[in-house]
Amino acid sequence: MAEAMNPTPSTPPAVPPVPDEAVRVAPGISYRKAFRYGMIGGLVLITFATIGALQTFQTKSIINGELNLGYLGLGLLPLIMGLLAARMPEAKEGYVQAKPGPRNLIAGLMVGFVSGELLLDFALFVQVVNIRPVFINVSPQMASLIAFGQANQANGLALLLLTTTILGGIGGLLEVLPKAWRSALVGGLTWVVMVGLFDVVFSAFFRGAKLQQIDSFLYSAAGGLHLNGAMLVFIVAASLYFVRESQGKAIGRRYRQLPDPARRSVKYGGLAALVLILLILPELLGPFISEVLDLVGIYMLMGLGLNIVVGLAGLLDLGYVAFFAVGAYTTAVLTSPASPAVAPELTFWLAIPFVLLAAALAGLIVGTPVLRMRGDYLAIVTLGFGEIARLLVTSAWFKPLLGGAQGILKIPAIVIHDFVGAPIVFNTPPKVLYLVALFCLIAAYVSWRLKDSRVGRAWMAMREDEDVAEAMGVNIVEAKLKAFITGAVLASIGGALFATKIGSIFPNSFNIIVSITVLVIIIVGGMGSIPGVVVGAFVLEGVPQLLREFQDFQFLAYGILLIIMMLYRPEGLIPSREWARELHEEEMSQDAWLKDVKQQDDEAAESGAPAAD
Amino acid sequence: MALLEIQKLSKDFGGLRAIDSLDFHIDKGEIVSVIGPNGAGKTTFFNLITGLYPPDEGDILFNGSSLVGLRPDEITKRGIARTFQNVRLFTNLTILQNVMIAQHCRTKAGIFGTILHLPGTVREEARIRQHAEETLAFFGSRLVGFRLNQPASVLSYANRRRLEIARAMATEAELLLLDEPTAGMNPRETNELTNLIGRLRDEKGYTIIVIEHDMRLVKGVSDRVCVLDYGRLIAEGEYAEVAQNERVLEAYLGRKGVKAA
Repeated sequence: MAEAMNPTPSTPPAVPPVPDEAVRVAPGISYRKAFRYGMIGGLVLITFATIGALQTFQTKSIINGELNLGYLGLGLLPLIMGLLAARMPEAKEGYVQAKPGPRNLIAGLMVGFVSGELLLDFALFVQVVNIRPVFINVSPQMASLIAFGQANQANGLALLLLTTTILGGIGGLLEVLPKAWRSALVGGLTWVVMVGLFDVVFSAFFRGAKLQQIDSFLYSAAGGLHLNGAMLVFIVAASLYFVRESQGKAIGRRYRQLPDPARRSVKYGGLAALVLILLILPELLGPFISEVLDLVGIYMLMGLGLNIVVGLAGLLDLGYVAFFAVGAYTTAVLTSPASPAVAPELTFWLAIPFVLLAAALAGLIVGTPVLRMRGDYLAIVTLGFGEIARLLVTSAWFKPLLGGAQGILKIPAIVIHDFVGAPIVFNTPPKVLYLVALFCLIAAYVSWRLKDSRVGRAWMAMREDEDVAEAMGVNIVEAKLKAFITGAVLASIGGALFATKIGSIFPNSFNIIVSITVLVIIIVGGMGSIPGVVVGAFVLEGVPQLLREFQDFQFLAYGILLIIMMLYRPEGLIPSREWARELHEEEMSQDAWLKDVKQQDDEAAESGAPAAD
Repeated sequence: MALLEIQKLSKDFGGLRAIDSLDFHIDKGEIVSVIGPNGAGKTTFFNLITGLYPPDEGDILFNGSSLVGLRPDEITKRGIARTFQNVRLFTNLTILQNVMIAQHCRTKAGIFGTILHLPGTVREEARIRQHAEETLAFFGSRLVGFRLNQPASVLSYANRRRLEIARAMATEAELLLLDEPTAGMNPRETNELTNLIGRLRDEKGYTIIVIEHDMRLVKGVSDRVCVLDYGRLIAEGEYAEVAQNERVLEAYLGRKGVKAA
C-alpha cells in the first residue's frame, strides 16, 4: 500500500548491458518517501496534541509509572510510520527484490526525526503565538507534556526528538530483522499494549477464574501493568509468536501426519474445550464485561440483520434503528406493568411472536413505498423513516401508548422455567449474555442458510443488477420486501433483548447513531460476511464500551477507521467472497485471463491441433 | 398458430417513434433474425417483448395471451428469456449461481423452508443445481468443470456471452431473444456460435429471435430475416430475398444516386 501512495517512484537503476537472464535489482528504499512519511507523522502528532488527545490519554496508564496511553500514542506513531516508510517496495516482474540494509534504518530514523522535529517546532510555535482562543487544548500543560514534563524545556524537547528518532529507527529496523524475530517483537509489544489497555477484561477474567495471584502480579492497584507484569506478558507473547513463525509449519505438518483418529480427537477435543470455556465465560467475566458483551451481542444481531438488507440485497437502509425501536417498544408495552395504556403483562416468550409480527409489519410499511427507489434515493428515504420512528415515539399522539419522553419503565427480566418448574430469572448481565449469545447463534444460522438459497440468490442478483434480475424471473417486489422484513425481524429481536436487559427504555436510545453504528459494523467487518459482522461488532461496539473514558474521541476514531478501511481494505476485515471479487476484479480477471490462455494452450497441445468444435 | 404474435406495436420516446406500428410473428421452432442499421429500434423491440418498457400501442400475444402490462419476471415465467447486447451477467456471483438464479421463477422455496432446512427445499435446491449443471454442459468444456465455482468475471468475453445464453436457457423458456450474441467475437467464435444457435433449436427445441449485425451468422441460421429501419418493418423473407431488397440496401448503404454532401 505504501507503494501505491508513492506517485514519484525513484528512478529504476540503469539496466546493465547483459543478457536477459541477468539479475536486475529493483529500486530500494526511497528517502523522499521517508521524508514524506515523517511529515505525515509529525502532522498527525500535532493534531493528536491539538485536539487534546495527548492530555486525555495521559489518564490511562498502560505500564504503571512508566508508560501511559498518551505517550504510547506519541511513540507508536513514529514507529509505525518508520515501519511503513522502510518497507521494501515490491519488485516488479523481471526485477529482483533489493536486499534490506542500512537504508532501511536510515529511512526509519529520518521518519522519526522529521516527525519529532515537527512536533517540537509546534511546541515552540505555540509559545510565541497564542492559538489557544481557537484550540482550547493547546495549553502550557500540553507544551510541558510534549517536553516530557522536564523542568528545562530545551532538555525535554531534545529528549522528545531523541525518542521519536530512535522509535522511527526501530520501525525501520523491523524490516531488516528475520521474519520470526520481527513477528515476535511486534506480537509481544501488541500484547503488552492490549493487556494494558483492556486491563478491565483481563483483570475480570483472572479474578473470576480465582487466579488473583496472576492478577496482582500483572496489574498494579493504581491502574496499568506492573513493569514485571508487562515484561512477563511480552516474553510469553513474543516467544509464542516466535515459535509459531519458526516452527508453525513443522507443527502443522506433524498434525497432518497424525493418524486420522488421533487428528480427529485433537480437533474435537479442542472444539469441546472451546465450547466449555465459552459456556463458563460469562460467569467468569463478571457483570461489567458481560454487560459490554451483551451490548456487543445486540449490535451483532442488528448487524446480521442489516447485513441481509445491505450486504446481500444491496438496499442501503439508513433508518435501521426504527426496527430496533419497534422490537424494544413492542416488548415494553406488552410485558411491562408500568406501560401507560395497555398492560397485558405477557411474559417475554409470549410477547416475542407479537414482537416479530410487529417488526414484519414495520418492514412492510417501510419497504412498500421505497420499492421503486434505488441507491442514494433509497438511503435518504430510509434515513427519514428512522427519524420518523423516533419522532413518533416522542410525539404527544403516541404518548399515552409509548410514554413519550418518559419512556417505559419496569420491563421485567426474562424468565425460563427449568424441568422441575423452578424459574431461572435472567436478571444479571452474565445471564442475559447466554440468551444474547443464543439469539446471535440463531441469527447467524439464519443468515448462513439464506445466503446459499433460492431467496439469497435472488437478493444477490438484485444487488448486482436489478433489471437483469427481473428479466431472469426474480420478482423484485417480493425479494425486496422479504429482505426488509427479514432484516426488521432480526433487529426487533435485538430490540426486545435490549428492553429486557436495561429494564426501561427511552426514545433517545433510538437515534440515528445506532443506525450509523450498525452500518459501520458491517462495512468495517465486510459486507455480506457473517464472521465480518461478528468482528465488526466487537471492534466498533465492544472497544468503545471498554474505553468509555475516552468517549469524546469515539466518532473521531470511527471516522479515521472508516477512511483507513476505505483506502486500504475496502472489502472489510473479513470479506465475503463476492465483495473481494468486486473490489479486486481487475487483478482477478487478469489472473483468470492468463489461466484461460494456458488452458487453451493445454487443450491444443493435447488434441495436437487447434481446438475447433 | 404463431408462438409470438405482435400486432401494430408502437413505442415513443418523447418525440421519437422508436417502434412504429410493427407487425411480427414467429412460429414454434423458427429462427428469425432481426437486422437493421444502428438506431433502427431492434433492442427496443426486445425490451418491449420482455416488458422492460410498456408499449404505447398494439398488442403482444404469446401462446395466444397478451403480455402487455405484465412485469418482466412474469413474462419470463410465461417462457420468454433474453440476453443483453452489452453482456449483463451477475459478475460477482459464480458461474453456477448465475445459472441457478434463472430457475427462480420455476421454483418456490421460501424463507421458512430454507431456514428449517425442510426436505422439500433441500430436494428443490439439489434439482436447481443439477438443472444448472446440465444447462452448462450443453456448452461442452467451455463452462463446466473447475470453472463452475469461479466468479463470472473471470470468464473471457466469448464465454461471458455463452454464459448469458446458458442463463437464458435455464429459465426453461420456449422463446429465446438473443441480442447481438456475436458482438465482439472473432470469426472462429462467431462460427462456433452459429452452430450453437442451430443446435439450440434442433436439440433443445427453442424458438429463437436473434438480433445480429454479422451477416454470416444471419445467413447461416435464419429461417427468416426481418429488417427494421426507423422502427418500421421494411422487409421480411429469406436471407437471399432480403439481401437483394432495394429498400434494405438503401437503409444500409443510402439512396442510390444521392451523393453524400
